Amino acid sequence: MKAPDFAYARPASLDEALALLAAHGEDAVPLAGGQSLVTTLNLRLSAPSVLVDLNAVPGLSGVTQEGDVVRIGAMTRHRDVGVAEIVRARLPLLAAAMPHIAHPAIRNRGTIGGSMALADPATEWPACCLALAATIVLRGPREERRVAAEDFFQGLYATALAPGEIVVAVEVPVPAPDAVWGFDELARRRGDYALAGLAATARRRGPGLTAVRLAFFGLADRPVLARRAAAALEAGDLKGAQVALADELDPPEDPGTRPETRLHLARVILGRVAGRMLEGGRHGA
Amino acid sequence: MAPEAPQRERAIAFTLNGESVRCRAPARTHLGDLLRHEFGLTGVHLGCEHGVCGACTVLVDGRAMRACLMLAVQADGATVETVEGLTESGRIRDLQDAFHARNALQCGYCTPGMLVTAVELLSEAVAPSREEIRDAISGNYCRCTGYHAIVDAISTTAEARRSKEAAE
Amino acid sequence: MSRDTMEAAGLTFLERPNSYIGRSVPRPNARRLLEGRGTYVDDVPAARLAHVAFLRSPHAHARILSIDTTAAKAMPGVVAVVTGAELATLCTPWVGVLGHFKGLRSAPQHALAVDRVAWVGEPFCAVVARSRAEAEDALGAIAVAFEPLPAVVDMETALDPATPAIHAELGDNLAFERLLDVGEVDAAFRDAAVVVEETFHFGRHTGVCLEPRAILADWAAADGLLTVHHSFQAPHMMQDILCKHLSLPEHAVRVICKDVGGSFGIKVHIYPDEMATCALALMLKRPVKFVADRLESFQSDIHARDHRVSARMAFSDSGDILALEIDDLTGIGPYSVYPRTSAVEANQVVNLTGGPYRHQAYRARARVVLQNKAPTCQYRAVGHPIATMVAEGLVDLGAARLGLDPFAIRERNVIPDDAYPCAGVSGIKLEQLSHQAALAKLKAMMDYDALRAEQAALRARGIHRGIGLAAFIEITNPSAAFYGVGGARISSQDGCTIRLDPQGGVVASVSVTEQGQGTEGIIAQVVATAVGVPIERVRVISGDTQATPYGGGTWASRGAGIGGEAAWQAGKALRANVVAVAGAILQLDPGRLDIRNGAVVDAATGTERMPLSELGRIVYFRPDTLPPGLQPEFVATRHYVPKDYPFAFTNGVQASYVEVDVETGFVRLLKHWCVEDCGTVLNPLLVDEQIRGGIVQGIGGALFEHCLYDAEGQLLNGSMASYLVPMAGEMPDIDVVHVVSATATSEIGAKGAGEAGTAGAPAAVVNAINDALRPLDARVARQPVTPDVVLEALGVI
Repeated sequence: MKAPDFAYARPASLDEALALLAAHGEDAVPLAGGQSLVTTLNLRLSAPSVLVDLNAVPGLSGVTQEGDVVRIGAMTRHRDVGVAEIVRARLPLLAAAMPHIAHPAIRNRGTIGGSMALADPATEWPACCLALAATIVLRGPREERRVAAEDFFQGLYATALAPGEIVVAVEVPVPAPDAVWGFDELARRRGDYALAGLAATARRRGPGLTAVRLAFFGLADRPVLARRAAAALEAGDLKGAQVALADELDPPEDPGTRPETRLHLARVILGRVAGRMLEGGRHGA
Repeated sequence: MAPEAPQRERAIAFTLNGESVRCRAPARTHLGDLLRHEFGLTGVHLGCEHGVCGACTVLVDGRAMRACLMLAVQADGATVETVEGLTESGRIRDLQDAFHARNALQCGYCTPGMLVTAVELLSEAVAPSREEIRDAISGNYCRCTGYHAIVDAISTTAEARRSKEAAE
Repeated sequence: MSRDTMEAAGLTFLERPNSYIGRSVPRPNARRLLEGRGTYVDDVPAARLAHVAFLRSPHAHARILSIDTTAAKAMPGVVAVVTGAELATLCTPWVGVLGHFKGLRSAPQHALAVDRVAWVGEPFCAVVARSRAEAEDALGAIAVAFEPLPAVVDMETALDPATPAIHAELGDNLAFERLLDVGEVDAAFRDAAVVVEETFHFGRHTGVCLEPRAILADWAAADGLLTVHHSFQAPHMMQDILCKHLSLPEHAVRVICKDVGGSFGIKVHIYPDEMATCALALMLKRPVKFVADRLESFQSDIHARDHRVSARMAFSDSGDILALEIDDLTGIGPYSVYPRTSAVEANQVVNLTGGPYRHQAYRARARVVLQNKAPTCQYRAVGHPIATMVAEGLVDLGAARLGLDPFAIRERNVIPDDAYPCAGVSGIKLEQLSHQAALAKLKAMMDYDALRAEQAALRARGIHRGIGLAAFIEITNPSAAFYGVGGARISSQDGCTIRLDPQGGVVASVSVTEQGQGTEGIIAQVVATAVGVPIERVRVISGDTQATPYGGGTWASRGAGIGGEAAWQAGKALRANVVAVAGAILQLDPGRLDIRNGAVVDAATGTERMPLSELGRIVYFRPDTLPPGLQPEFVATRHYVPKDYPFAFTNGVQASYVEVDVETGFVRLLKHWCVEDCGTVLNPLLVDEQIRGGIVQGIGGALFEHCLYDAEGQLLNGSMASYLVPMAGEMPDIDVVHVVSATATSEIGAKGAGEAGTAGAPAAVVNAINDALRPLDARVARQPVTPDVVLEALGVI
């Protein structure tokens, strides 16, 4: 199981990287942490002719806060996202989600930008970004543009990334002081892809919740913001929210687990996450 | 400045088990194959070559990583440590002793990767619980032991290191 | 010499002075593995090494119309591209049948399929190149035209008249059928107070050795020697089969099995790609290496346990088991695997189901059918987990119906410890088992009553925990009855040669082999004890047909019991030889001398008479000073094969404590216990870890592992990411203790322990899940017990 032949470049600047991608067109693929890409190469599931390694590009890593926005560089490793002081203080949802991503050695190498660009529907970061109303910052040869997470994920492994563009950062608005969040994930084994996962945010309003954002993962061809379920939850109707998921989610056919099971599990974790958020805390799984 | 052209093979230089080394590496070769074939570090075991089993785990710049999911050319400029280097430096002697005494290995194929994962855990957690140890090694597959003995050995090592530090 | 005299001289196994037996001695060879200095096949260097990759069938069943290798042959680095027809000129086909499985049928199988492929993953063309990557590059350049044929996938319909026969010459897809009918089964069911029945489904799974299958073959034409480095359990068997199918004489083949990265029965069968690799080395006259990658491992390693068993059990109103009836159907792939055959698993199910119990009426039918999936064959605890699940599942159903506690019903029905020797209802001969003692020990160690109280208290709070028990028997120490009587050239006898060197060091070469279970460690302990030297002075050689006595290798839990006895006998013989020479030199009665801690001593007082190093100096370097006519023999060889019983059965009982999340269908393993009786425990550290590892492998089958195929025979989850093996996070801590019923068939009294954990764990876990679900009126009988299975049982989905 050896990768097919390809050429490799390690640009030292973002401009160089973009120039390389532009020069080689669709045959070129950016290489971030490689924890999925190198797997597909080894399995000969993909055969790009050029890999453009982003690991030597300066300025793509790290977590900073500017005003009400936390900016996470695309090449920040999963682990470093989760343990960053700013993340722990301002975005505890991300800190809670991080340990669910695969295993330590993968978290040490895989990056949040790579995870966005791959858009695996069963992974944690894309759903967290949806729940947090994050913005994905993209750079192409000509311009930088910002795409809301809601518009970024467009299908199975499909995103708003245009040819020649790369993810350079994820920008997350700092939640309001009355914000609550919840996270739960059901996987057969620790670190496995989720059978059902939910990243949620809301604001407290009296005994209930408002501004509820429910981002499910592992339950469709992309991470899903379940708007009708969220509305029902805001109205205090958990049961209605759970019922609404039947229309909002489209669990994949998968040899080990029936779609009905995944939908059921989604409803269970919605109940659990909603319960914890209603209890008023900032609670994780 | 025009970017350098992509290459199918590159000259690389890095620090391997404390020695500075140079070689040429085909772009498509992963780090695990390079360490095994170019440097004879056959303690780096390949169990799946898709990042799941953990047998090839090595330290890159001090962190545990899957050698099968890094390209060899990406080691350029890095510091790489394998079980051979960790053995020669004596850094994991206590951990190896604990594995030996507890029979926390059978066929030995997962063992180098398991040790590297344990090295990282023990560098971060002073008193890991059994649950935390199980969590930390849950990406390292062992078909022989059932894991219980491995958890014991790592736990014993952590405890011994704590006692030693307390005594110093 | 009388037994009293033997004991006085410290000659019996357990009474030896300075004995290593029963001590938790760490394995001498483990240090090397801990330093990453093992030598697995892929680590063996070879000059001019070429790598082979195989083109494998993408179809479950298809005719090969044409293969165009022209472009592939022109690819960089390619040494040769060889089709099945070309290879067949060098390697003859085989048929996996044995005489003692009457009626067992299969079809000739080639190293590379010639004109028809019969499962997804069957190799039919080989590329040999300077690197594995280049070989894989060239695979993509081979053009093949197939004509897809109807695939037989579902074993339930494999025997339907409308289903085509995979091998037309066989007429249908029935490979083997066994019927057993003992006692008055119909009457027992008719008169029973309670009859319970269930249909159990067992998911096909596989071994997933962390080191994939690997073989390096090197034909040295000038020496006339084919040297084969093989990740394998039975080097002499491989040697014999290579000779037969490559038409080579025995002395022309050497098989070396150094470090083996897990085997579990996966690496004891003849694989087409491995035979092809050896044939290619002959053809190309240079070393050729094949290391299976993980994807081809899932497609081409043997699978196992693909069974559906419908069963019922009859009870009296007081809870006595009156009768058992089972109907087993198993799908084995398109060929019975060579040379052990794929009928053994079903045969074991018939032999073992209900084995712990004393009922006298038993009817069993087993049908073994062909299908277009990967071949199945013997994998750790062959048939045992199925047999144990069926009986233990029924016993629990009976207990629930009768209002009996699961312990009570088992205590009532097991064959009493004082009833041995006796025969089980299936005809198996049992020397001495200890079910009653094991049950008593288990009950105490798990604090059963307190656990039941905790379970009840939590149930009141909506937390569903369950306790499951599983009593089991295990086949170990097989004699020739297993394979030899059927015509398989698989040795059931094993040997050990021990040599004393001048400095007092000892080298022992053994025909049993090491795959991590600790065979070499056990042999070192036995040899050190038998000869009377410190274990540090013992070096063990195994896994080399050119350097060890002839034997069967390690499988069916035979390494310690059979290899250990051979080592003990050889050690005793060497000690007698050495003591005789020492007596002659010292002019003392050898009967009054012993060897302890590396020195010849006075047996009665322990006073040192002469260190072995001095004896060695005289014997090897100054033989001119020895008494006239004395020829020392400081080498001794002994062989051993069990004769009194065809197998040494062991027994045990396991318990599992689980929590079922009835909302999600997820099962959490809280704790696992095992009481096991493998006779003499040679090394508790090694035995206990064999048990623990075996339990987790059993749990894998119970909860996670499943080779999933679609209706067209495509394997759906053939990667490490999608085929779930047990990982540390979900596994429980496991307590292990022993009852000791030493076998009297050998002096060391050891039986096997390698498969006991796997034999009982699935039934314990599934029974625990059902115990948790019982108040909800739900039960599961399909493994692996996934969330789907639990939620379906609960009627949630």
